[in-house]
Amino acid sequence: MKYVIVFLVLYLHWILWSGKFDVFHLSLGVISCALVTFMSHNLYIQSEKLSPRIIKESFRFIKYVPWLLYQIILSNIHVASLVLSPGMPIDPKIIRYKTKLKSELSLVTFANSITLTPGTITADIVDGEYYVHALSKKVADDLMAGEMEDKVAQIFEED
Amino acid sequence: MIVITIAVALIVAGTFFFVTATLGLLRFPDFYTRMHAAGKGDTLGALLSLAGLALYNLNNGFSVEAILISMKILIIALFIFIANPTATHAITKAGLVCSVKPWEKKESSK
Repeated sequence: MKYVIVFLVLYLHWILWSGKFDVFHLSLGVISCALVTFMSHNLYIQSEKLSPRIIKESFRFIKYVPWLLYQIILSNIHVASLVLSPGMPIDPKIIRYKTKLKSELSLVTFANSITLTPGTITADIVDGEYYVHALSKKVADDLMAGEMEDKVAQIFEED
Repeated sequence: MIVITIAVALIVAGTFFFVTATLGLLRFPDFYTRMHAAGKGDTLGALLSLAGLALYNLNNGFSVEAILISMKILIIALFIFIANPTATHAITKAGLVCSVKPWEKKESSK
């Protein structure tokens, strides 16, 4: 089962990037993908077997992406206005943010989401505490409100 | 015609964010705040520009080649989305490890 999924994902990529549909290229793709699948299937799917939980998480993650995009656009406009205003009213600070997330995957997702939204960069995670460099008071308050954390917790069912 | 208009609007918006990112890089006072400008303005700027290009590419009809190329462009955008925050975080952490002092607003100027 694991082999089949890895092979299909790889082969889809092969077709997409080659863009050629003649027999030579397709069969070459089958051979290459089979070889790579045989050698490194352990790297792509870590867990022993596919549980329905992973599929559910993936679906919730896909639902989370548009919201994240919207947040990125909002805060990018905020940062652009900070850059363009003559007085440059920035108030950078390193804030600590205690998180309730537990698993590694949710911690990484949250950290990358923080960094992806302009105005905040995750600098470090020490014992469930984020060190976040925030550009202005507004973005720091947005983070402290914890909406993003709730959404990430919801994806991985850690409420 | 409509497609081209939307594509051009997207590319112009993307360029605008690139310009603000560059301006921020020049104007901000220290290492960390410059990372904000350099690492982040690019995310949305590149995303909008690439989306515009993907759309512009579909302008001449939906042939298989055109759709493949547009999908490739979107995968590049996805890659930037994952790689950009990771690199930004790595550089910022390197600054923190080397104990670069963050610039702070002076109390007297309030």
